[in-house]
Amino acid sequence: MPNNTSKQVVVALVENKPGVLNRVASLFRRRNYNVDSLTVGRTHKSHVSRMTIVVDVARTDARQIVSNLYKLVNVIDVKALTGEPHVSRDLALIKVRTDDVESRNAVTEVCERYPARIVDIGVKYAIVEITAQEDLVEKLIDELRPIGIVELVRTGVVAMGRGVRILDTEYEPINHHQTAGDLERYGV
Amino acid sequence: MLLSGSEIVMECLLREGVDVIFGYPGGAILPTYDAMTKYPQIHHVLVRHEQGASHMADGYARATGRVGVCIATSGPGATNLVTGLATAMMDSVPIVAITGQVPRAAIGTDAFQETDVTGVTIPVTKHNYLISDIHELAYCIKEAFYIARTGRQGPVLIDIPKDVQNEKIEFVYPEGEIRLPGYRPPTSANESDVFAARDLINNAKRPIILAGHGIMMSGAMQQLRELSERAQIPVTLTLLGKGAMPEDHPLCVGMMGMHGNAASNHAIQESDLIIALGMRFDDRVTGNLKTYAPHAKKIHVDIDPSEIHKNVKVDVGIAGDLRTVLNQVLPGVNGNTHPEWLNRIRDWQEDSSERDILSNYEGDKLLAPQVINDLWRFTDGEAITVTDVGQHQMIEAQYYPHRRPATMLTSGGLGTMGFGFPAAIGAKFGRPDEPVWAIVGDGGFQMTMCEMATAVQERIDVKIAIINNGFLGMVRQWQEFFYEERYHATPMVNPDFCKLAEAFGIPNMRVTQRDQIQEAVEFANSIKGPVLIEFVVEKEEIVYPMVPAGADLDKMIRRPKKGEQ
Repeated sequence: MPNNTSKQVVVALVENKPGVLNRVASLFRRRNYNVDSLTVGRTHKSHVSRMTIVVDVARTDARQIVSNLYKLVNVIDVKALTGEPHVSRDLALIKVRTDDVESRNAVTEVCERYPARIVDIGVKYAIVEITAQEDLVEKLIDELRPIGIVELVRTGVVAMGRGVRILDTEYEPINHHQTAGDLERYGV
Repeated sequence: MLLSGSEIVMECLLREGVDVIFGYPGGAILPTYDAMTKYPQIHHVLVRHEQGASHMADGYARATGRVGVCIATSGPGATNLVTGLATAMMDSVPIVAITGQVPRAAIGTDAFQETDVTGVTIPVTKHNYLISDIHELAYCIKEAFYIARTGRQGPVLIDIPKDVQNEKIEFVYPEGEIRLPGYRPPTSANESDVFAARDLINNAKRPIILAGHGIMMSGAMQQLRELSERAQIPVTLTLLGKGAMPEDHPLCVGMMGMHGNAASNHAIQESDLIIALGMRFDDRVTGNLKTYAPHAKKIHVDIDPSEIHKNVKVDVGIAGDLRTVLNQVLPGVNGNTHPEWLNRIRDWQEDSSERDILSNYEGDKLLAPQVINDLWRFTDGEAITVTDVGQHQMIEAQYYPHRRPATMLTSGGLGTMGFGFPAAIGAKFGRPDEPVWAIVGDGGFQMTMCEMATAVQERIDVKIAIINNGFLGMVRQWQEFFYEERYHATPMVNPDFCKLAEAFGIPNMRVTQRDQIQEAVEFANSIKGPVLIEFVVEKEEIVYPMVPAGADLDKMIRRPKKGEQ
């Protein structure tokens, strides 16, 4: 990937609780880490969310980012993926001008050369969707730019390490509403 | 047992062994203040400003190793705690702060005395909680104490909405283990790091140990001494490391850093091995990082993994509990002598004593080093001293050698002026049988001197030594060195501190001559309760040596030798 030598992809599993995103964002701000993108979403376990954070690491050691994230009580597990085999994807929706035959053909032609598709088409504009590695998304944007981009949104990178290293989700949250009887299984 | 949220708070504090809390009431915390009346086992100290409460909890924690507790109302009460929380955060001091919050339904409406306290305190706490459900309350308090006192210790804040304090539930104390999936403080070192560390130690020609606060926090004083004595490795201390090794020990070289002993700084720069134990290479101890200890291999042991390689890249970095790690390393450490190295250090020490103002001064003004050194003599070097921040703090560090851990309490990382006096009150609550001296400057004392009323109300036996030079002395020193003596905003027109003490009902004495110091200490000791002694000292004193900010550690501005002006 272009630029990726100076970027670190960090993935973190966090407790799905209010304020956790704020804690992570606050950490990056106060440690002066320059965030390129940060995505959060739920995982297959309802009490666990997953973040993918891309940091411009020119001034920052990846170890520092990981160990500082790990210090947050609500962060369950962290891993820096850069330098390890991993899959990363960025999704973009791009609204382009398609108000004449020429532009419509151009958009269609460009999309065929990318893992992209036209998901909405109207009289004046079309929406192109692409899900790919960040560099491909950027190439597509560069090709569409001369045709006329009027709106663009990207999710930011999500990433997952290949192979056997799996982030730790092996815990169950405490249910504070259980009755005294149920609490026994927590040693209460 | 049907209990209200407030009563649950008190029940939990009892179970944590809390015997004293420092605080200030207000609307949103009133239910908890009312519940206190049912729990006379826990003594509440009414402060005069919430900042004082946080520093008192901090002083209590530093003096005892237990978790200090402070409590305040929502909004301004809570924001006034922030300086104390930040102070405790920087120096890894375990405190739990409890704040009232507006009722849940009012949160987010800009209600009277509403502040987003958990938001405000995220950067200055180790962790914090906003209790949204009374069922979580007891568990969160238990977690808070656990987080505060384990791993790298630090402050934890619990924000409790007023309606949660009032709500009642059937209370069952969560007796079981704490289960925090993302909180696993490191403990021991892996074998390969232990071997690597031993190897470096056994092969070093000019090793030096840099001992910090972590020695005391993990209780590794004995292990430190064993390592130092067996391999004859000199020990230098950080400001917060004072007490980690008796300063009259022949292998203890004293403090390092900006105003440290010159011998320590020279030794660090010439060493071939640095063994950094429970310290974090603060800029005040390293000076210029690019030229720091250029010939040294480095071993760094700290409980906080994010400190390893943060400021100084090291050869062996171990994240772990210091006592555990030293117990792992010690069995393979060989006896050694390093006579040449120790002699070299002795030469530097001799050079320093030739420059010592105590032996060279011929004027007749009272000097701060004389005051501190006499305080040391007349308290047999055994008092718990709690300093404020500035020249007097550095002079304390230089002229009051400590033998025991946790006898010198000071705001190191944050450098919080106003810390000293309230922290001394907290320390005295923690160690009531030991003499406690607040050593403060005239500037810092005025930031929190309202706590004199607290001291009187509590009849707390804290001695206040004001080192009054009529200046913000350390700032003035920088102005003298680096701003061509433009003394802007540093001269102070002060109140008459003795009359002020009088107004608070505090016995007092003013000292202007060195021969009055002994009498003053005896006077202070003759009274059980707060006493204020004002020492009127030389106005334009300079703390030597000084490493200018960002300069190489051994490029110190030194006090000239006698006849060398």
